[in-house]
Amino acid sequence: MELLPENQQEFFRSKAAAIAHPRELVIDALRAVQSHHGWVPDEGVTLVAALLGILPIEVEEVATFYDKIFRRPVGKRVIHVCDSICCWTREGEAIFTYLQEKLGIAPGETTTDGVFTLLPTCCLGACGDAPAMMIGLTTYGPLTPQRIDEILAQVRAEVSA
Amino acid sequence: MSPRMSEYPQVLFKNRVPGETVLIDGYRTTGGYTALEKAFKELDPATIRDQVKRANLRGRGGAGFPTGIKWSFFPADQPGEKYLVCNCDEMEPGTYKDRELLKADPHQLIEGVIIAAFALQTPVAYIFIRYAFEDCAANLDRAVAEAAAAGYLGKNILGSGFDCEIHVHRSAGRYILGEETALLNGLEGKRPNPRSKPPFPAVRGLFGQPTTVNNVETLANVPHIINHGAEWFKGLARTLEGAGTKLFGLSGHLERTACFELPVGILLREVVEEVGGGVRGGRTFKACLPGGASTPYLTAAQLDTPLDFEPLEAVGSRFGTAGVTVFDDTTCMVAATLNLIRFFARESCGWCTPCRDGLPVVAWLLDKIEAGKATFDDIDMLKDQFRNISGRSFCALAEGAMGPVAGLLNHFEQELADHVIKGRCPLKKK
Repeated sequence: MELLPENQQEFFRSKAAAIAHPRELVIDALRAVQSHHGWVPDEGVTLVAALLGILPIEVEEVATFYDKIFRRPVGKRVIHVCDSICCWTREGEAIFTYLQEKLGIAPGETTTDGVFTLLPTCCLGACGDAPAMMIGLTTYGPLTPQRIDEILAQVRAEVSA
Repeated sequence: MSPRMSEYPQVLFKNRVPGETVLIDGYRTTGGYTALEKAFKELDPATIRDQVKRANLRGRGGAGFPTGIKWSFFPADQPGEKYLVCNCDEMEPGTYKDRELLKADPHQLIEGVIIAAFALQTPVAYIFIRYAFEDCAANLDRAVAEAAAAGYLGKNILGSGFDCEIHVHRSAGRYILGEETALLNGLEGKRPNPRSKPPFPAVRGLFGQPTTVNNVETLANVPHIINHGAEWFKGLARTLEGAGTKLFGLSGHLERTACFELPVGILLREVVEEVGGGVRGGRTFKACLPGGASTPYLTAAQLDTPLDFEPLEAVGSRFGTAGVTVFDDTTCMVAATLNLIRFFARESCGWCTPCRDGLPVVAWLLDKIEAGKATFDDIDMLKDQFRNISGRSFCALAEGAMGPVAGLLNHFEQELADHVIKGRCPLKKK
């Protein structure tokens, strides 16, 4: 699978050449690779380094720091379940357990159909709508088992469409 | 809605309609960008800085440092590269005020950033926004484009000769980025461990140049101060020493968990019982985090504390971000503290030993206590860890993590002991 379309590669190449500190684009470029390719393989790290004219280690030390940069394969949609204090007060643990049962996977795993990867995350800033989760870049809450069923069905339909 | 909401002046949320985002036309209808016009046409940068200082605006990101004083350290008149950075890495559990502000009315921040940039003479401003706030980042992109089209951004703004550009930087997770020097490393594309201070960002910040870092809500207050004056701003607070309104994010065991704009200095009791609608299901208030995950617990005995910086420090806690998380009488405070410590331990950047190694030990001890497998020696060891982590970490993360531990040791020592004596969590059913 292609890491990043040529026009986007060119975008980063020319932008890096035009600014004083090309390294500041590293998160943008990693997110672009991830958005296109789903996750960032070793070749993605090398590509970003080449586009920005920096060393692969300078990309890797950043890529491995951030929990929303995926250096291992993930499903088509990553589900981040908040396990911080406000969701905890509102049955967040039961919601996380329900998601694991419903998807048949443990945290860190991907469903056999390759659609969902389930991960815990720190506070999503949706504390008024606890318990909450984020799928891709969309936040959902307050969650109930029934609401989760609806959301998962809807996201599955979007993915297969 | 609380019956008393009409008594609370709405400044930052005056345009807020749930589910909607105010665009530039709507923003201008209620006085948006008049402060910017006034600032650029009638005021000079030093006057703006002075007004913000006299307003006693204190940073809304958690630390509460007076904004005017921070700005006074900044070499605004020095030629060369300088930066303004807005911190929207809102990730302290219980804190979601900046998100609510940016969902409702993003131009307030843009206007605040431009005025602050003019006051500090920084031609480049960055807004650093966390990964989970893509909705807000999209609002900001749009607001920046609208402001530029209206002539409020770009070259020679309103004929002043001042240029300003705003970059929205989307991050990729991790709580530590909210620490201002880690954030600067993040913006530079470096591994975002915090930097050693001094030098402070005002001297050597982004790309080694003078930089001011301010929170979203802090900057959003600036246009209102310019429009209405320092005395008006101070008069919004209920405490003599306080100033302004505050966005309070309510969460936990309350009937109404939403974000409200309330006067600084409002009593915790009023927030819990009236604004928050009381404890959920008619239960009893046991404790709360008054200002986010790093602020020591308050108990029912402290419900009459005014929510402002000094009064909260006087009762051993902090105002923090004013994210109020309430716990009812069924909550085990050991379990709650364990949840908080696990958050801090996981979000540690790993740079210094007290944080990287100390926090997991604290989590291990709390887990052991909660499971009923601890002895009194473990409680002593918890106190020991608390003493050894406090004041010894490289940045404020581990210091903040000790906030709830301090609250636990100060207010709930009997509950800790009961776990040991009974050999189980005394609050768990079965």
